[in-house]
Amino acid sequence: MSEGTVKKFMFVNRKAPYGSVYALESLEVVLITAAFDQDVSLAFLDDGVYQLVKGQDTKAVGMKNFSPTYRALEGYDIEKLYVERESLEARGLTEEQLLVDVQVLSQADMASLMAEQDVVLSF
Amino acid sequence: MLHIVNKSPTERNALASCLAHAKAGHALLLIEDAVYVATAGGKAALAAAPAGLAVYVLSPDLQARGLGGKAAEGIKEVDYKGFVELVAAQPRVQSWL
Amino acid sequence: MKIAVLVNEGPYQHQSADTAWNFCKAAIEAGHEIQRVFFYHDGVNNATKLTEPPQDDRHIVNRWASLNKEHGVDLVVCVAAAMRRGIVEANLAEGFRISGLGQLVESGIQADRVVTFGD
Repeated sequence: MSEGTVKKFMFVNRKAPYGSVYALESLEVVLITAAFDQDVSLAFLDDGVYQLVKGQDTKAVGMKNFSPTYRALEGYDIEKLYVERESLEARGLTEEQLLVDVQVLSQADMASLMAEQDVVLSF
Repeated sequence: MLHIVNKSPTERNALASCLAHAKAGHALLLIEDAVYVATAGGKAALAAAPAGLAVYVLSPDLQARGLGGKAAEGIKEVDYKGFVELVAAQPRVQSWL
Repeated sequence: MKIAVLVNEGPYQHQSADTAWNFCKAAIEAGHEIQRVFFYHDGVNNATKLTEPPQDDRHIVNRWASLNKEHGVDLVVCVAAAMRRGIVEANLAEGFRISGLGQLVESGIQADRVVTFGD
């Protein structure tokens, strides 16, 4: 089998958090993938960029605030977080409003990056 | 890359986002509620498709929605067997959920 | 070719479980191997044996089970997603097994393709 195989996994996040469970459960897969020593990247585009906005406070909705996990990813050697510039701009967001260090890419560069992956998972 | 879209472009932006990231040599398969795009009335949503993107539609989903045989020109109909062939022919698959 | 399938939605509510099953069937008929079907998010609801659709409707849970019985397809339900939604060994349908998310990652590593069905 593929012991020692390293594939490029990309997790594509296009949905906002809390309104549905996809963002949270996607993050759970990301953390597990890190344990398999794969080449992991996370892409945030469309409403997925809302997952990274600073200041999330879920106390009043009674849900788990999972946004600190994005900052903990570095500890799992997951350092490739890509955010699409056009998606930020379309939502009036800037990089300074994000809660973690990311690489902001143009849509064209994001497209090229997606095309280089071995496994693309979007939830 | 095989791109799969399953929602109508008047409900979600999945198709628009897919077209913005697809490249020449890739394929796009329209399934479920995205098959409306494959008709003469819905085809305008494909205007932003990059040159060299092959567009397919899942015929069982067209038929279920009363659109059997109504795929617009330039869009190839495939059944589930053809869906499998597209998956095998392209090096990877991305579902635009 | 080894193809892995990820199902992210429950049965009946969305078409994804139907499309995924039709895809798996066609892939097997074409001589491919369905390396695994992994059920995640609400997809875990495809695995409850308490499902009882009306007689004139398809039985989505049994259809999956038949892929396991007739073709030995590995049907894996994510344990964390399942526990959140009340799917446990006691109500797990025949043919399915409960395991960790690592099984999905392993599919990504071992299979030639991963095809995701969701909403």
